[in-house]
Amino acid sequence: MQSATENVFKALSDPTRRAIFEHLTRDGEQTVHALTYRAGVSQPAVSKHLRVLKLSRLVRDRREGRETHYKAQPQALAPLVDWMSLYGTFWRDRFDQLENLLKRMDK
Amino acid sequence: MTQTAPSHTLVIEREIPHSPEKIWRALTEGSLIEEWLMKNDFQPVVGHQFSFRSTPVPNWDGIIDGEVLVVEPNSRLSYSWSSMGLKSVVAWTLTPTTGGTHVRMEHSGFRSNTDAAYKGANWGWQKFIGNLEGVVGGLD
Repeated sequence: MQSATENVFKALSDPTRRAIFEHLTRDGEQTVHALTYRAGVSQPAVSKHLRVLKLSRLVRDRREGRETHYKAQPQALAPLVDWMSLYGTFWRDRFDQLENLLKRMDK
Repeated sequence: MTQTAPSHTLVIEREIPHSPEKIWRALTEGSLIEEWLMKNDFQPVVGHQFSFRSTPVPNWDGIIDGEVLVVEPNSRLSYSWSSMGLKSVVAWTLTPTTGGTHVRMEHSGFRSNTDAAYKGANWGWQKFIGNLEGVVGGLD
């Protein structure tokens, strides 16, 4: 059985899917039609991509009349991003730079 | 006290062979801050609002907005740290030692809720997306 993390990685490994997900992240909920217009691929292709994103819980869908609206669920990315460790790297680098600066400064 | 979402704290501590006075200058003078951290309009005055600015990258505007919270010269400095709507607090503590100064930096307030995960994802987006194909290739 695949882990949720692997599913998310696989879902985002495709550039078109990634672009669709990024559009939804930036611009909020959108219909399949709007996404198709921007994706530059056919609507069945977009729908297929959306199914993959939905399976990995990166998007959620909502029917309204004849349209299906999709919304990004970026919290599904959480297992991939240990952002404490990103900030940890950031601050350790800055500490090094701080120490270098102190060496250069006049006593 | 009300139960709040668990928050995360990053602590970095180092012994630095320089005086607290000198380290204080590096932490509080704009031109010096720029040399080790980021471009800024920082002033060590409680209530002063400032920005740290670095080069924007996709999904991160490179801007950190802050407000000075604590100024105790040569000893304690704290400011808020807000980026892409995610708020946190940075606190510096300088303690003199025989060989220099014990420097403690605490960056706290990363809530492990949806919002934090989302902003964190944005922050780290470039980093992990860049490696994605390689990682995925190794999964099959």
